[in-house]
Amino acid sequence: MPCVQPDGTLSTTGRLMLSAVQTNSTVEDVATTTGMVLYRVRSVLRELIEAGFVVEANGRFSQTEQGAAKASKPG
Amino acid sequence: MTVIEEPEARIGLPRLNEPAPEFDAVTTHGALKLADFEGSWLILFSHPADFTPVCTTEFIAFAEIYPELQKRGCELIGLSIDSLYAHIAWVRNIEEKAGVKIPFPVIADLDRKVATAFGMVMPGESKTEASRCVFVIDPKGILRAMIYYPLSTGRNMDEMLRLIDALQTADANNVATPANWRPGDKVLVGAPKTTELAEERVAEGLECVDWYLCKKSL
Repeated sequence: MPCVQPDGTLSTTGRLMLSAVQTNSTVEDVATTTGMVLYRVRSVLRELIEAGFVVEANGRFSQTEQGAAKASKPG
Repeated sequence: MTVIEEPEARIGLPRLNEPAPEFDAVTTHGALKLADFEGSWLILFSHPADFTPVCTTEFIAFAEIYPELQKRGCELIGLSIDSLYAHIAWVRNIEEKAGVKIPFPVIADLDRKVATAFGMVMPGESKTEASRCVFVIDPKGILRAMIYYPLSTGRNMDEMLRLIDALQTADANNVATPANWRPGDKVLVGAPKTTELAEERVAEGLECVDWYLCKKSL
C-alpha cells in the first residue's frame, strides 16, 4: 500500500489524509480539507481502512482509536 | 501434435453507451478503481511502452492539457503493459529531462487485465503492447467515446479537449455537434421524427439548410 508502509508508517499523503478525517467526514469533506482530487481521496481512504486507521459507515469516515493515535504522533 | 495457444490478447471491444469495464489497478498513484472516478469525466488512454519517443511526446502533451481537462471536470489516467517501476522511472525521467511533471496516474498493466477488458491490444500491430487508445468515460461510468491511433501516430490533444467539450455540450443541451465544431459554434438540432414535426421545424426560425439539417446558437 503506497500510503501505508508494511510497518504502519504513513506517507506524507497518508498522514495528511488521516489528519483530515474527522468524525463522520464525507469524501468531499476530506477532499476540501486536503485539496486533493476525489479519486485520490477515495483510494487513500481505502488504504487507511485496510490498515485499521479509519472506519466507514454509510459513506461517512471516522478515525479509529488506532488512527487517532497514529495521527497524534509526529513523523 | 499438441498446439500451445497463446493467451487470447483481445476478448472484444467495449461498447459505447454501456458501462465501462470496471478495473482495479496498480498505478503510480496507488491502487485505483474505476469507481474511484465516479462523479468525474475520465479519459483513460493507453500507450505502447515507456521510454519510447512518440509516447514521451504524448505524455508531455497530456500533462500540458491536464489543467484544461480539470476545468472541465475531467481526470486523466494512462496505461501501458509495463511495470510500476518502469512507469516511476519514466515519469521521473520526463520531469528531469523535459521539465514536465506528470500529474496523472499511470496504470501498470503487466497482467493485461485492463488492456484486455478495454480491447487495447491489436495483435496485428503488436502482440505485446497496447495501441494508442482513448476511452472517454462519463461521471456515471458510461463509456461515451473511443479513439484508436496506430503505434506510429501521436494523438492530437486539441481533439481530446474538443471531444470533452462536445460531449458535455450535447448532454447539457440535448443537441449534437457538427463536423469541426468548437465551443461557441452553432449546434445541430435533432432531426424531426415525423412529417408534422418536419413542417413545424422549418417554421421554428432555426437556421435550416433543409428540414433535417438545422442549427441554432446556444
